[in-house]
Amino acid sequence: MGQKITIEPVTRVEGHGKVTIHLDNEGKVTQTRLHIVEFRGFERFVQGRPYWEAPVLVQRLCGICPVSHHLAAAKALDVIVGAGTGDGLTPTGEKMRRLMHYGQIFQSHSLHFFHLASPDLLFGYDADPLKRNVLALALENKDLAVQGVMMRKFGQEIIAATAGKKIHGTGAIPGGINKHLSKEDKERFLHGADPLNIDTMIEWSQAALEFFHDYHDKNKAVIDDFVDFPSSYLSLVGKDGSLDLYHGVLRAKDKDGKIILHDVDYQDYLRYIDEEVRSWSYMKFPYLKDFGKVNGWYSVGPLARLNNADFIDTPLAQAEFEKFRAYSGGRMSHKPMHAHWARLIEILHSAEKIRDLLHDPDLMEGELTTRGEKKMEGVGLIEAPRGTLFHHYKINDRDQIEMCNLIVSTTNNNQPMNNAVNQVAVRMMTGQEEITEPMMNAVEVAIRAYDPCLSCATHALGQMPLEISLFKGETLIDLKRNR
Amino acid sequence: MSHVVKITIDGVECMATSGQYIIDVAKENGIYIPTLCNYPGVKPKGSCRICTVKVNGRMMTACTTPVSENMEIDNTSGDIVELRKAIIELLFIEGNHFCPACEKSGNCELQALAYRYSMMVPRFPYTFPQRQVDAQNPKLVKDQNRCILCKRCIRAIHDADGRAIFAYHKRGNKVEICLDPKIGKNLSDELAQKAMDVCPVGALLVKEKGFDQPIGERKYDKEPIGSDIEKL
Repeated sequence: MGQKITIEPVTRVEGHGKVTIHLDNEGKVTQTRLHIVEFRGFERFVQGRPYWEAPVLVQRLCGICPVSHHLAAAKALDVIVGAGTGDGLTPTGEKMRRLMHYGQIFQSHSLHFFHLASPDLLFGYDADPLKRNVLALALENKDLAVQGVMMRKFGQEIIAATAGKKIHGTGAIPGGINKHLSKEDKERFLHGADPLNIDTMIEWSQAALEFFHDYHDKNKAVIDDFVDFPSSYLSLVGKDGSLDLYHGVLRAKDKDGKIILHDVDYQDYLRYIDEEVRSWSYMKFPYLKDFGKVNGWYSVGPLARLNNADFIDTPLAQAEFEKFRAYSGGRMSHKPMHAHWARLIEILHSAEKIRDLLHDPDLMEGELTTRGEKKMEGVGLIEAPRGTLFHHYKINDRDQIEMCNLIVSTTNNNQPMNNAVNQVAVRMMTGQEEITEPMMNAVEVAIRAYDPCLSCATHALGQMPLEISLFKGETLIDLKRNR
Repeated sequence: MSHVVKITIDGVECMATSGQYIIDVAKENGIYIPTLCNYPGVKPKGSCRICTVKVNGRMMTACTTPVSENMEIDNTSGDIVELRKAIIELLFIEGNHFCPACEKSGNCELQALAYRYSMMVPRFPYTFPQRQVDAQNPKLVKDQNRCILCKRCIRAIHDADGRAIFAYHKRGNKVEICLDPKIGKNLSDELAQKAMDVCPVGALLVKEKGFDQPIGERKYDKEPIGSDIEKL
């Protein structure tokens, strides 16, 4: 007899999706798919709008990382207004945007690690579902929960100081930024009352890494063996090969660590990347053209960035990066659960960058914008918290957007997430008489390692649950989750 | 021959000059009556009705009604407030007002009035009209989705020869503002900016200039619309 189980919703991910797992009559997993079932269509409805609205309009895709969309769109429009391809802005323009972006990475990563992922780590993926949430975390480990909340708050305050609002601000405009950092904001970020100052944030970022190391030492099976498959990786890197979350060149490495995309200008991304549509998901499947639809898939995100970078240009994060690399014998890590580790290193890196920028006088004075010869097309790339984010716009001679193409971070991770789901399902569910709730949460844990934002990826609207369906043969069993 | 007249607004005695409009007398006396179609220096039209007050018990528009001796004007009673709120809601549902991505957000008089009158969601169903963005003019974008047909641009924007640059075209619920293609083609930067400033909403936008005024520094970010008059 066949079987289908629906877990609805899969919790602690951003977005609405569904996993189907097919078992044959012997209980062997035959097919696993992550379906994204909602559709939004931002690419269509920005058509006809004046181009300078794009950074403010398109960021409405998301309430978690709107800054990434805001900045990626602004970077694309920099090209259109002739301000260069990311490094042609005034020092104030670029540094204010970077400050905004590091604030964004800091708050989004903190949200993911402390609120979404840490309950799995602290209580185990097989713990009582009522316990696997941030409230239980607060009861069990108050300090960790408070740190998570306050780190997120600090990042949001940085965003508000640079973009005007914590969510959906207007700071980045074509060719630069619309404000300087105020003296009051600089002072409170540097020397504000504990804990909301940058020194405490750096200290807490290190403490979070210590928490992870301690957990890792005691739970190697969860972090190292839970899911493990070779992948190619794509990300921006600085022109010097450093980890750069705001601007750089596109690099991809294959599963053996060989560079297969050699630090190319992302304005030409269409020469290297294409997207495949599959009938069962609204989320497309991007791939590297040279390697085809089957073999050209790749991963993005914190793990990809650390696998691709040669070094990190802030000392504390670099020291952690060296530990991270050494753990994999100096090679790349193919363990998606190591993304949590990479994410924490990026939190520390962002905090160090914020501290350095706060001491930079260019934030307080200097030209805000620049313009040059106008162009009709521009591409903006940024490393969003979840990975490489592509914005591509073409305008007409009336200054209206004629074409918009968005390849969102989670879209880039579509195939890796499907692989991860499949691997966990095969291992946990094959031959099992009964499919238990912890088995289904294990599937979620694998997805959660990618910190997916499914609403962004499909430009979807509404709530963000993920449901899991399990088929045995032709029959379907639904196990609905009402949370 | 003008002469001094005495009126009361919400029980407050105000001295005025005969022939003055109610709205101007109220302003001089630190009393705010909301307006959308009315604009300083432009002949009043009374088209938006948001300034409706009760004059000796009758509903009248404050921007087009001259004062006369012993007028008793009601500007704040419950039914007046409710009427104004309903007008604001009707303006929102009649167009496509998407404030989050509008350059005028924070400087928009319609948005500011919605805040002042505590509009949460309109009580009327949205009509979602299909309207176009017209970006043919080299200096201005006209977004008909946001136009409230107040005629401010038609009445206030003229070329050097005194010719109106904007006009109505079409009829009934299809009516739109349009730019004279010939005169509009040579619109100066100053006049384009003036048209954008005169527009109470975000229907007229100067091209290639958006969001350079940060959040927090916009006109209604710091205090509600009408506060400047009430401080007088």
